[in-house]
Amino acid sequence: MAVQSETMKPPRSEVGLLGWLKKNLFSTWYNVLLTIFSAAFIYIVLRAVITWVVRDARWAVVTTNLRVFMIGRYPRDEAGRVLVSLGIIVLMTALTWVFRKAKGKPRRWLVIGWLLSFPLITILLRGFSRESPFLPLVSEDIWSGLLLTLVLAIVGILASFPLGVLLALGRRSKLPIIKVLCTMYIETIRGVPLISVLFMSQLMLPLFLPPEIRLGTVMRALTGMALFSAAYTAENVRGGLASIPIGQYEAARAVGLNEALVMGLIVLPQALRAVIPAIVGQFISLFKDTTLVVIVGLLDLLGIAKAVTAQKEFIGLHKEAYAFTAVIFFICCFTMSYTSRRLEQRLGVGER
Amino acid sequence: MDQRWFVVPNGLALEVSTPTGVQWMQPDMSDEPTSGCIPLIKKVVKASTHRGTRIVERQKAVPFWLDERVLKVLGQIAFLILVIAVGAWAISNYLDRDLTFTFRFLGEEASFHLAEGIEFSPTDSYARAFLVGVVNTIRVASLGIVLASLLGMVAGISRLSDNWLVNKIASVYIEIVRNTPLLVQLFFLYFAVILKLPQLKMKDEVTAIILPGPTYLSNRGLAIPWPRPSDSFSSWWPFLIAALIVVVVLWILRARGVQRTGRPSFNMLWVIIAFFTVPVIGWFAVPGNPLVLDVPIIEGLRATGGTILSPEFVALTLGLVIYTGAFIAEVVRAGILAVPKGQTEAARAQGFTNGQVLRLIVLPQALRVIIPPLISQYLNLIKNSSLAVGIGFLDLYAVSSTMLNQSGRVVEVFLMIMASYLSMSLTVSLIMNIVNRRIQIVER
Amino acid sequence: MNRKRFALIVVLMSLSLIIASCGTTECPECVCPEAGECPEVAVGGERFQLIKDRGYILCGVNAELVGFGFLNPEGEFEGFDVDFCKAYAAAVFGDPTAVEYRPLVAAERLPALQTGEIDVLIRNTTWTLTRDTANELDWAVVTFYDGQGMMVRADSGFKTLEDMAGATVCTTTGTTTEMNLADSFRMRGVEYTPLLFESTQDTNTAYEEGRCDGETSDKSQLAALRTAMAEPEEHVIIDVTMSKEPLGPLTAHGDNQWNDVVRWVAWGIMEAEESGVNSQNVDEMLNSENPTIKRLLGVEGEMGASLGIPNDFMVHVLKAVGNYKEIYMRHLGPFGIDIPRGPNELWTNGGLLYPMAWR
Repeated sequence: MAVQSETMKPPRSEVGLLGWLKKNLFSTWYNVLLTIFSAAFIYIVLRAVITWVVRDARWAVVTTNLRVFMIGRYPRDEAGRVLVSLGIIVLMTALTWVFRKAKGKPRRWLVIGWLLSFPLITILLRGFSRESPFLPLVSEDIWSGLLLTLVLAIVGILASFPLGVLLALGRRSKLPIIKVLCTMYIETIRGVPLISVLFMSQLMLPLFLPPEIRLGTVMRALTGMALFSAAYTAENVRGGLASIPIGQYEAARAVGLNEALVMGLIVLPQALRAVIPAIVGQFISLFKDTTLVVIVGLLDLLGIAKAVTAQKEFIGLHKEAYAFTAVIFFICCFTMSYTSRRLEQRLGVGER
Repeated sequence: MDQRWFVVPNGLALEVSTPTGVQWMQPDMSDEPTSGCIPLIKKVVKASTHRGTRIVERQKAVPFWLDERVLKVLGQIAFLILVIAVGAWAISNYLDRDLTFTFRFLGEEASFHLAEGIEFSPTDSYARAFLVGVVNTIRVASLGIVLASLLGMVAGISRLSDNWLVNKIASVYIEIVRNTPLLVQLFFLYFAVILKLPQLKMKDEVTAIILPGPTYLSNRGLAIPWPRPSDSFSSWWPFLIAALIVVVVLWILRARGVQRTGRPSFNMLWVIIAFFTVPVIGWFAVPGNPLVLDVPIIEGLRATGGTILSPEFVALTLGLVIYTGAFIAEVVRAGILAVPKGQTEAARAQGFTNGQVLRLIVLPQALRVIIPPLISQYLNLIKNSSLAVGIGFLDLYAVSSTMLNQSGRVVEVFLMIMASYLSMSLTVSLIMNIVNRRIQIVER
Repeated sequence: MNRKRFALIVVLMSLSLIIASCGTTECPECVCPEAGECPEVAVGGERFQLIKDRGYILCGVNAELVGFGFLNPEGEFEGFDVDFCKAYAAAVFGDPTAVEYRPLVAAERLPALQTGEIDVLIRNTTWTLTRDTANELDWAVVTFYDGQGMMVRADSGFKTLEDMAGATVCTTTGTTTEMNLADSFRMRGVEYTPLLFESTQDTNTAYEEGRCDGETSDKSQLAALRTAMAEPEEHVIIDVTMSKEPLGPLTAHGDNQWNDVVRWVAWGIMEAEESGVNSQNVDEMLNSENPTIKRLLGVEGEMGASLGIPNDFMVHVLKAVGNYKEIYMRHLGPFGIDIPRGPNELWTNGGLLYPMAWR
């Protein structure tokens, strides 16, 4: 005899739109109140924002100056070089995406490709000498706009990496002098604001270098960013090193590797893989922090936003210029943090 | 006999002669006999015989420049020398420019004027100017820390709210703020919002927004009523101290009661009532009002009386609070999520209300996780207050920048900036670490 | 196993670092395949030779002062001061584009010259005794006579500084302005509130939005800022001069030959106005019988050679930027920001411009 089992359908008030509304918005009396207040708040804010964006804002300040926002003072005739550089990066990203699951040869070529693309882009953007008919010099001191922001952030993090790893190793070292010096450096830099480090690199660095050595303003800002970032990289890497189980050291020692090899071949590669998420986070905050170069007089994206509001026809359009800047930053940072969160989940990086 | 040598990193090896032959053991790691390593000249350090097994401890005869222990010391010395040499080179370059190093300028007359925070006139010294900056930074940072914590707490809890709308509002706030640079936010807030507020006065007519109080909001700042001590204040303030003493005494009594009987002998409410009663009694006991409410009035070109918060101060504090609040919200959220779900469920099962669960069960446990990252957010807030220079607020960094431009003493001023920020960071870490330790102990 | 790959990566990384450092630094000792890639900079007397070897001039300018030096929507610098940079490039290389502009904020301009980052600074910098002596700098010539003034709203009714009791005054930090401001108000016993910004533009924005009752700076700057405002007629520059501000190009101490070029090109530009030579008629004037014009344009004499530049340098300069009047009219005249010439007229018209004798 078959027992007819009949599953009772949930009551109508628990499913569908109404159910959802009841569950998420009107479950208790204070939730009802909260919902009403929130809805009113959203209505007021959205209305104000949309009216401004659609009706009141004068976006001409952005559209007219779009090129200036993107590449600033980079010569108009040479602008193609920036596009080609962008193309290289897009191509490499696409290839990385296509071969993301590949192992062995394609992967090796990808690594080589990425490593080669940086010097290639540097040469492409900067060019050779002023007279050279092919790729004439465009000194980094006239790079500006979003281009400068990107260069500062990317070169800053790359340059900080070797120094950061060394500092992290130094801080974990058993040798007291090295440990103390590295710790002092890391803690000092982490205790002061970036602006004071930039100030040092802009105004003090030239005083402490012999007169023959000259660094341009952008190079000095980069030096400052890298020195600052290195302390944070060091702390991230140190965190990664601490996460490697002691058994890894012991096993490596047991197979006869000396200390340097244990570090270089066993511990560091694992530690670096573990800190990728932290480094991405650090890159995002460094990317945001590049705006501080405005205070030392460089024209990055924010500097350009400030500069264009001084043009006679666009006087006082701060809202538009800064809102545009904020949107660009938001798109970049949000994409990066979102992608890295997804990647982290998918690859389980950091759990390995 | 079969000769096998084992070379171990620190140069020590054990030679073990057993009836089956000679084996080598690495003394500090494994008992596994190892073989097949490159022979080096060795000298016997210690030899002994133990139950027919001869044990020879040999030192790999490495020249001292290859001896790892010596190398470690030498390496460190070399590193130190290198650091000192680079420093000396830099300093010699500095001295080559005929620049001197002296803090004597601090005593000199500044001859510029600063109008934010404590009193300052152009005849005051550079040292006083620096103090103005330090005090302003502390003002912004302390107010900012308190407000940002509140905002962060609210936003963090909202982010976990069951209410879909509240949840989304909090997420949007957090994502927008966290993914745009603080300086852009500050510029927007100052140049595009606060400076666009109405003028204080136009053609002899007050155009500021007048809020109850009266409070005047204009692009000259926020003028709010503020209590000001009157003549009788001197006879009133002892009552404040008395109130404090009463509270401390009651607090100790209460704590004793808890210790003895495991249950407070009186409600916390009594302590609070006592705290307020004593000053109120004093208020009526002394002649006249000890504090009078000073209301702002618009006089000539500016508002006077009350307290006037400059637009730069408002913009910086607001900017820092909004920015840091979003980060604290994430910290709070992570802290609450770190409390196992079972805790909430168990508390609910015992009949705690939602508010009680949050207040009595979740938050105390979450605090353990929250405090360490919270410290670093507070430190970030202090450091980020240096962005004041972008919007004309006279904080430590902005004043230093002016001092530097007028005195030309780059290195000296820079050292003062570094020292000030470092000591502020250290103080906050110290206080928060004490708090942290207390919370961790309470939790056990 | 992976060691090969590891080695490959190490090699590639160091290679890219080397290339990157060659590509991005400006240090002379960096090993570059061609010496020309690293622009050499040095201090002392060899600077002029270095400029010539380098092939272009490093010119420190203002990036945000309409009329004198600012970034136009094309992303190029233009202005009164910028034209002088072009003139120097035209004089030395015959090419007004052989310049690299370094936008500088007030606070960093003098260190930039001291440390040799730039060859010549022409960024509305006041010639003062202490700067001239303490900072190892040499002014060449005054190209613009200025004075510190005060701009206020037309409807405020302020006529003098005494009227401004209790006012908030915006100014840019890092300049002599804030000192002069403090002095002027103290001298008159008037109370005021200063508000300091790092950049002229921020100062101006704050003033324009009504954050301050007055804005103080050099009068030329104020005039420039005023024309760039949404409603210029609502602002007036009151008739007070708080200080003397002679502005002009300057070079680092010890570069005498280069300093000579800087001053004589500027005088040549003034002399051209005095002699009636301009960018339009310079070719005809080559046939002029006037001995001064002949010497000025290098038809006669070895003026250029004695400065170490081509004899016909003024021809290039005039073709590139024109004479003083043309430069002035282009940027500061009615088509620019419209500042009355006042003391910046030729001495023959009652002004202070007096080029030295061209012989």
